Amino acid sequence: MPYDERLVAPMRTELTGLGVKELRTVAEVDQVLGDPAGTQLVFVNSVCGCAAGSARPGLARALQDSVRPASVFTVFAGQDIEATARARSYFADYQASSPSVALLRDGQVVYFMHRYQIEGRGPDAIAAELKAAFSQHCGA
Amino acid sequence: MSGHVFHPGHEDLHGITVVVDDRDGRTYVGRYHEATDRGVVLHDVAVREALVDSIDRGEWLRRQLKFGVQVTHRTVVVPTDSVSAPIRLSDLI
Repeated sequence: MPYDERLVAPMRTELTGLGVKELRTVAEVDQVLGDPAGTQLVFVNSVCGCAAGSARPGLARALQDSVRPASVFTVFAGQDIEATARARSYFADYQASSPSVALLRDGQVVYFMHRYQIEGRGPDAIAAELKAAFSQHCGA
Repeated sequence: MSGHVFHPGHEDLHGITVVVDDRDGRTYVGRYHEATDRGVVLHDVAVREALVDSIDRGEWLRRQLKFGVQVTHRTVVVPTDSVSAPIRLSDLI
């Protein structure tokens, strides 16, 4: 059952404030992920502690880098359930976990960060790993 | 308890996805909850059984690492007298 939206709103704005586009409906997901061109990052947001303490701030730090995905999106697991399921269908080979990060290039998954790679790690470690992935896959 | 504690008041590994083996040839990947008198409690668990699964342990773990934990059990208690020391799944990368 979704949490009270008043509780979740700050977790959304933490990302949208960075310029991350939130996808809240199936149509919104299909509009962007159904038209794969270049590099797209999808951050699967979550209410859990490792999203708050590690994943969201780690993503924020990584996005400060000049080399970054052309487009950055987020869906909210457990909240926007249909949109999240639809987004996951674009990286269906990977088990659902949240938080998690998928990096796609021309519609193909080129990097995936699972929840187990986030648990117990600080934002700097998360940012460093994401930056390495951006450097490898998002350069010219 | 020391180091980064995921949830205050719990063991260091609480909330962390770990790998443990038992004496009967099963390998478990799941989120560590706690150690009790009955055993180690894991949540959202994938299980490989040596006598059943044709895939070898190393390849099975590589798949868990790449594609994520293929959860088949919500909760598993691995008996204390049978379980190996838990290691973080992320340490296998």
